[in-house]
Amino acid sequence: MELSRIFRPTLMAAAVLAALPLAVSAQIKVGVTVSATGPAASLGIPEQKTVALLPQKIGGESVQYIVLDDATDTTQAVKNIRKLTADDHVDVVLGSTVTPASLAMTDVAAETGTPMVSLAASAKIVEPVDGPRKWAFKTPQNDALMAHALADAMVKQHIKTLGFIGFSDAYGDSWLQEMKGAAEAKGIKVVAAERFARPDTSVTGQVLKLLAAHPDGILIAASGTPVALPQRELVDRGYKGQIYQTHGAANNDVLRVCGKACNGMILPAGPLLVASQLPDSNPVKKSALAYVHAYEAKYGAGSVNTFGGHMWDAGQLINRAVPVALKSGAKPGTPAFRTALRDALENVKELSASQGVFNMSPTDHAGLDKRGRVIVKVVDGKWTYQPDL
Amino acid sequence: MDLTIALILLQDGILNGAIYALLGLALVLVFLVTRVIFIPQGEFVTFGALSLAFLANGKVPGTAHLLLLMGVLVCLVEAFSAWRARRWRGYPRTLVWALLLPLVLEVLAPLAAGQGVPLVLRVVFALALVIPMGPMIYRLVYQPVEQASVLVLLIISVAVHFAMTGLGLLFFGAEGWRTPALVEGSIQLGPVAWTAQTFAVLALTLLLIGGLWIFFGRTLYGRALRATAVNRRGARLVGISTRVAGSLTFTLAAAIGALSGMLIAAITTIYYDTGFIIGLKGFVAAIFGGLVSYPAAAAGALFVGLLESFSSFWASPFKEAIVFTLIIPVLLWRSFGSVHLDEDD
Repeated sequence: MELSRIFRPTLMAAAVLAALPLAVSAQIKVGVTVSATGPAASLGIPEQKTVALLPQKIGGESVQYIVLDDATDTTQAVKNIRKLTADDHVDVVLGSTVTPASLAMTDVAAETGTPMVSLAASAKIVEPVDGPRKWAFKTPQNDALMAHALADAMVKQHIKTLGFIGFSDAYGDSWLQEMKGAAEAKGIKVVAAERFARPDTSVTGQVLKLLAAHPDGILIAASGTPVALPQRELVDRGYKGQIYQTHGAANNDVLRVCGKACNGMILPAGPLLVASQLPDSNPVKKSALAYVHAYEAKYGAGSVNTFGGHMWDAGQLINRAVPVALKSGAKPGTPAFRTALRDALENVKELSASQGVFNMSPTDHAGLDKRGRVIVKVVDGKWTYQPDL
Repeated sequence: MDLTIALILLQDGILNGAIYALLGLALVLVFLVTRVIFIPQGEFVTFGALSLAFLANGKVPGTAHLLLLMGVLVCLVEAFSAWRARRWRGYPRTLVWALLLPLVLEVLAPLAAGQGVPLVLRVVFALALVIPMGPMIYRLVYQPVEQASVLVLLIISVAVHFAMTGLGLLFFGAEGWRTPALVEGSIQLGPVAWTAQTFAVLALTLLLIGGLWIFFGRTLYGRALRATAVNRRGARLVGISTRVAGSLTFTLAAAIGALSGMLIAAITTIYYDTGFIIGLKGFVAAIFGGLVSYPAAAAGALFVGLLESFSSFWASPFKEAIVFTLIIPVLLWRSFGSVHLDEDD
């Protein structure tokens, strides 16, 4: 009894003290949902690992990252953003990894007035900037940007006819559409279009059909190690034309699985893939190497992966926008702060990150330009920068 | 389409069909003896292929640790039931296969992953890692509910499938792997080159089918399995242990799965979740035989393989749709044609 009488005020004071920092601190909360499992795990895992490298303090405020996995499932991604906005009151959401999940998340982002930065490639997430898309930003290059880079390279290599084999999903669809547009504008005809699925064990039928059309070049529109299957089959069946890949193939595991068959293939990629080979004058070299060094210091040499770069870039966007939003006087955790953050994200200018230089505007929430892609060729099992293509 | 293309597609279809046939046979076998629709069959394909791929790349596969963990669990479960029944006579045998074997494999794993180990030895080692998981899964998951209805067993199978896929992602990562070819070289037959690996797959399929035929026709254990398949209660009445039968079946199923995985890993890229789709196609094949007939399942598998190969040429965006839609007319035809098997025999 005696003891408790002495201790009670002390305890109360301690409790109040413990509660105080929570009440007054302006900690910034960043919600993250990535596809660390499921079909897009090869993209989601490096993205998830990159979160640990993102700034822990921005504009003098500490940053808390809440990371959730959506298993490459659209429903789960929506549940995650609901939880992040409703329970955790995050100021911004990063994710998700794939386009369908990101598209569905934009509605929740707009409804709750939370800016989101998607790590998925499709331009549909942010274009046109109206309705719920006002709250959506994204860091990866648009497929159209990459397709035009490829079309330019094809013209330089005197390609007149092109064969296409892509994933039988949104990725393949989007690429077929973009590539057709970009190629036909340059007078290149797409003569055959075939599809395959990620877990397929054979693409013999599709490859035979492509070969029968005798195209000068063939584009494989897939991502991660599955790109190796058509590549190897084409080489095994004696295809002599130029094989192109998309930036989905920019992954060291592809070279491991593909082996010699991948030598000579050409792909557009973010400058991150060949950061150390870029000339010093390149505006992206320094910022790309910063990510490479940070990642490899934590996860080991050679572990870096271009997909993780998209998460890093999302972090860089936040890093630039949060101090601007704080200046508006709004406190983190309030709707006013989230609106200020959205406006600040929209006004990010000339931000050099790992995958290019961002210039956001009220009509462009992707923000990357031609500095955001390079043409890369695989020479002797190594990514080699091709400044002339 | 000319003759060359048709022949190449035929070759491709037969090759894939052979793998589906093996998995279809394993599915039929497991269903007949234990009434389990063994959805995780495909995971053994993945585990076998990727364990070998990891060893070939100088890494210790996570399956070694998993085997040890499952072995310890099996020992504990067996100890509990032995203590309840006060019968410790069979326990040393459990200790040997469920504890000693995984321990030895765990210790030897870095050696098997070392430089200069012949591929054949690695194949044997990877098989030794994956095959005991079959009976262990049976002991841990299915044996406690062996009297449950087919539906309950099916739901458990789905759970096991998800658990194994998750573990596969944990052990092997999200990216795909390939293994070196078991046999190199190719043979020109007419206008088409056949790789030696293709022959290896076909030869092994035939060998396994032949082996199973002899096993079921000539050996005591095989006949015991058949008896259990025909009538579980009757088999028990004449002294056949359905538990031993179940354990044996799962061993066979795991062996067939792991071996199939190693055969195709040299031809195609295997991911942590590839097995499921291969297993599903084996399942479509097994449905051809109504889950009870081996020859019909094998024929169905060949048909699925060929259909897949030709539809990938004609209509590649609809390939999977075509293969899986096939199950509807087959089910219709079977529901008219065959006698309905009552669940509680």
